[in-house]
Amino acid sequence: MGKDPIFSLRGVEFAYPGASFYALRGVDLEVSEGEWVALVGANGSGKSTLAKICNALLIPAQGDCFVMGANTREEALIPDIRRNVSLVFQNPEDQIVASIVEEDVAFGPENLGLPSSEIKRRVDRALGLAGLLNERRKGSFSLSGGQKQRLALAGALALEPAALLLDESTSMLDPEGRLSFLSCLGSLKLSGMTIVQITHRMEEAIQSDRVVVIDAGRAVWDGSPGDFFDGAYRDWSFEEPPGVALYRELLGRGLLPGGTLPDVDSMLGALCL
Amino acid sequence: MQFLSGISLGQFIPGDSLLHRLDPRCKIISTFLLITGLFMASKIPDLVLWGIFLLALPALSGISLKTILKSARPILFLVAITALLNLFWTPGRAVFQAGFLKVTEEGLMTAFEMGMRLFFLVVFASMLMMTTNPMAFSDGLERLLSPLSKIGFPSSEMAVMMTIALRFIPTLFEETDRILKAQLSRGADFESGGLLKRARSFIPVLIPLFILVFQRAENLAIAMESRCYVPGMARTRLNPLVWSGKETAAILGLLAFITAVVLLDRSYFLGFVAI
Ligand SMILES: Nc1ncnc2c1ncn2[C@@H]1O[C@H](COP(=O)(O)OP(=O)(O)OP(=O)(O)O)[C@@H](O)[C@H]1O
Ligand SMILES: [Mg+2]
Repeated sequence: MGKDPIFSLRGVEFAYPGASFYALRGVDLEVSEGEWVALVGANGSGKSTLAKICNALLIPAQGDCFVMGANTREEALIPDIRRNVSLVFQNPEDQIVASIVEEDVAFGPENLGLPSSEIKRRVDRALGLAGLLNERRKGSFSLSGGQKQRLALAGALALEPAALLLDESTSMLDPEGRLSFLSCLGSLKLSGMTIVQITHRMEEAIQSDRVVVIDAGRAVWDGSPGDFFDGAYRDWSFEEPPGVALYRELLGRGLLPGGTLPDVDSMLGALCL
Repeated sequence: MQFLSGISLGQFIPGDSLLHRLDPRCKIISTFLLITGLFMASKIPDLVLWGIFLLALPALSGISLKTILKSARPILFLVAITALLNLFWTPGRAVFQAGFLKVTEEGLMTAFEMGMRLFFLVVFASMLMMTTNPMAFSDGLERLLSPLSKIGFPSSEMAVMMTIALRFIPTLFEETDRILKAQLSRGADFESGGLLKRARSFIPVLIPLFILVFQRAENLAIAMESRCYVPGMARTRLNPLVWSGKETAAILGLLAFITAVVLLDRSYFLGFVAI
């Protein structure tokens, strides 16, 4: 298409001030528009650091990070970068700015200096997408954990970004809450949103288009979820999702055709047969 | 055990009453007028008028009288001290004497009067907080102080800072409660021993509390930055403040009431002197 990729990282290295080691040691990664990438890896492997690099909250020590063609080193471009990609953190309580739900969602657009009619339109849309329309006048802290997590998502969506960076944003949700969060992500993806999702949950990784494994500050594996669960996942001691385990078991007993793991849709199709 | 339940300190109670809908600037100015008026009068009869004013508050705010009165609870101690000080330290005709403690007629009057004025002050101030959501409150204050930004006062940063401070109150209570419970479950004892010992037993609560709160403030700052917040940059608002006729009317009405109170006080005073 000749368009810039959403994220383009070239040899990104980063060490926290005062730390004796590099949290990132040469990450090369390209994410194109409309992709849903699952970023997986052990605790402390550098996933959150990578997300902050992509949002220009941290600047690489070596290498460059381009967001839609803009280098995060150029300070003048940082406002545009943050407008283009929104970051949702793990703990929603640390992201609540205002005490009322709709005012919290409005915080981002208010910072952009938009007219109030436009802010209102964005708040309505974001609350709708996050399923919080009925809670808009409630106190932010009176929400349940799952609702707070969706509030954090709404706050990010109100910036109407091209890409979402989610750092373990489903960790506080119960199974039902996670499903509705994921289906929300699914419909965002259909509307063309690029999603980079950091997760420890393999059943979330399997829903993505692409899995990237981060290990000790490097991107060490990059491929489709099918390939990932077909063997690669074993190299870094990831857990196998029950669905995949079942599929593999049925394959092994010769109850399903084919020898390798296909993508989720065909797996589902096969299991339902 | 819920250590910190019942602390309300005039927290915002969402609603749609006349007072809720008033522009926060109007409510802040009104509160200042009320407090000034409260201390411009100095005799008992005006307290009756303030009392009547207070009784009108539930209708204006949609908040029950009980809740309104309760908002003064955290400072009842202060009210009592003020009253006591005035009770014993006002010279005049003795009604009762025990050793060096002398209660005078004037002392009784002043104690009651000062106690009541302080009580009204707290109720009016918490009325402002109970009917104004924190965001609107800091917006209002920012706009009122914005002339000062011409001489370099960071009114916009202050507004955001205040929003954050108010937003942190529930977090603070929650975390304290959690740490207290954690310490209790490990056998900490906060209830026995003298004042000093009890104060000391709170140190293991305060230290983790500070660490936690700093950490969370740091996290919040990062989250705000990622949501495009730049300190000092012009922001717009979802609900911009509007000063309409009802705000002007409220201020004028209040001024009329306060003038009446002060006039009554003066005329009573004159009458008193004449007798
Ligand atoms: N603010 C900081 N200061 C110093 N070191 C840090 C800081 N944040 C993270 N680190 C270190 O950098 C490394 C990478 O941390 P990072 O948070 O990116 O890992 P992660 O992959 O997100 O882990 P997790 O799965 O636990 O969230 C870790 O060794 C961590 O200890
Ligand atoms: Mg992390």
